[in-house]
Amino acid sequence: MPQVFRRILPQVLTLLAVILLVSLVFPGFVQIDFERGRLVGPIIDVLKRGAPVALLAVGMTLVIATRGIDLSVGATMAISGACAAWAISSGYGLIPALAAAIAAGILSGLWNGTLVAVFGIQPIVATLILMTAGRGLAQLITEGRILTFSHDGLAFFGSGTILGLPVPALIWCVAAVLFALLVRRTALGLLIEAIGINRRASTIAGINSRVLLVAVYVASGFCAAWAGIIATADIRGADANNSGLWLELDAILAVVIGGNSLMGGRFSIAASVLGALIIQTIDTGILLAGFPSEFNLVIKATLVIVILVLQSPNLAPHLARALRISRGAPLVGSSAAREAGE
Amino acid sequence: MSARTLPLIATIVIFLLAYLVCYLQFPAMLSTRVIGNLLTDNAYLGIVAVGMTIVILSGGIDLSVGSVIAFAGVFIAVMLRDTGLHPVAVFAALLAITTAFGAAMGGLIHVLAMPPFIVTLAGMFLARGAGYMLSVDSVPIDEPFYDFLKDAYYLMPGKGRLTLIGIVMLLSVAAGMVIAHRTRFGTSVFALGGGVQTARLMGVNVGRTTVLIYAFSGFMAGLSGIVFSIYTASSYPLAMVGTELNAIAAVVIGGTILTGGAGYVFGTLIGVLTMGLIQTYIVFDGSLSSWWTKIVIGMLLLLFILLQKGLLRLDIRRRAGAA
Repeated sequence: MPQVFRRILPQVLTLLAVILLVSLVFPGFVQIDFERGRLVGPIIDVLKRGAPVALLAVGMTLVIATRGIDLSVGATMAISGACAAWAISSGYGLIPALAAAIAAGILSGLWNGTLVAVFGIQPIVATLILMTAGRGLAQLITEGRILTFSHDGLAFFGSGTILGLPVPALIWCVAAVLFALLVRRTALGLLIEAIGINRRASTIAGINSRVLLVAVYVASGFCAAWAGIIATADIRGADANNSGLWLELDAILAVVIGGNSLMGGRFSIAASVLGALIIQTIDTGILLAGFPSEFNLVIKATLVIVILVLQSPNLAPHLARALRISRGAPLVGSSAAREAGE
Repeated sequence: MSARTLPLIATIVIFLLAYLVCYLQFPAMLSTRVIGNLLTDNAYLGIVAVGMTIVILSGGIDLSVGSVIAFAGVFIAVMLRDTGLHPVAVFAALLAITTAFGAAMGGLIHVLAMPPFIVTLAGMFLARGAGYMLSVDSVPIDEPFYDFLKDAYYLMPGKGRLTLIGIVMLLSVAAGMVIAHRTRFGTSVFALGGGVQTARLMGVNVGRTTVLIYAFSGFMAGLSGIVFSIYTASSYPLAMVGTELNAIAAVVIGGTILTGGAGYVFGTLIGVLTMGLIQTYIVFDGSLSSWWTKIVIGMLLLLFILLQKGLLRLDIRRRAGAA
């Protein structure tokens, strides 16, 4: 267990620092109230609004661990949302609607996985195809309209609460815990890391890399389907143009802030989810702090660059050298930066 | 005919075949008017795709270009509105800014050894945010010089208009071809795409080349922003979302391999024109919905990638057979 904590320590510290920063400009940030049977407060809002990116980050972590990348998750969200909204508004009921959405996600994952694992196409290109065509497919399902529905069962996944907690937050928590247990309580996680480090060597060592690679992309599609259900349920309508737009980039960012290397290998789902929460805290924090909204993107970009620079493996030696020159000896700051780079 | 030139030839053949199909259905497709519009409507994409080709040839990627184009438009409009500067001076300032922006990203990529994907992603947010800070609203451009630029064209036989921005696009492609295939810098780019380690051992100055590559892409994105602002005579900070992916798609359809090291700038022009042709066909047909553009472009991408894969495999097998 201590090893897990050491791994996610930089992300926890970053998250606390961001929360502290936001609290300085917006003192009520950490306040949580209990109103009309549900918890309310900015933190709860972060947990709820961060659900799509956190879910995507879980699947994306596994894909990136195999040295891949999945650009299509945003489009998959749109397809799944469109399927769910179409099924519910055609009167098929809740279970078939969820099944249709998840089946769409799994099919998308199978498509990506087949292109990567069987045809040997570079992941970034293979998933670019679905990223481009996927939104077109989603529009085909919604016929270019925003497909609205009024079904409380499906809307529950977007705005409902269980024991006062928002359902989207619970969904990503459950997904993260289940996937973490699945890969860490079995050898699967180790095998995925082996593929990411050297696919050929792992194949020779007897790992069925083809099946595992497909499975990883299917997992990503599965997570994207749930994210799509949440996004669609939240606005009670499927917006094929905007549902999940650019969330793949946020998800990749979350994984990278989580300290996972884009070159594959060792991964931590917990750290990626923390990365997603850091991004969402920045987003919500900027809004609450009352900055003019036109500053949002610049502030976000600056914070992201700072976090990434601190994590850069190349920075620690530079920083140490700079400190040694100015102070005569390396200081605590450089070792903290090196820790963040791990 | 090697595996290197085959994708380019395949791209050209498919473009000509597609054009033939369009022509058989709508004979007006071959008029110089349609050809002139094809060049004008896709001028901004063609210019930015040339920069993207160089980046991809080096094995990198630049996700920031769409945001840079939007920033360029807003910058030009706001400068023209709030200062008395001549548009040409504003253009020069803008190109200096976007080139420096690209160079800064290239520097970060090299110094911090971070993946281009992540650095240019942050650059994408930053450029979009900078445009947003200049103006939240759409700003019209009301300038006599702009009307002059917009109406400058060469009347081709058949009343087709070869506009100034179309000519700028063709010149950019020509310049890109010279830079990529006829200069020392271009050779370094190809060497980087083949492998950073090997390039370094061959004596390529990796840091300098990386900075120059992204500076060039930034310059092209700035130029594309100028062309786009002439094309629309207005600006909007949220314009051009997703242009970087269209540019990447055009490069891939044009036969350049995304891992870098092999491809032609001329192919990118054909890729851009193919994508433009699909849109023109959908407009001519009138009954097809706009989302078919996305689906068809996705299918084309798949086709070209599978084609490249197949050719590469054939080539390896042939070489193995010869040995």
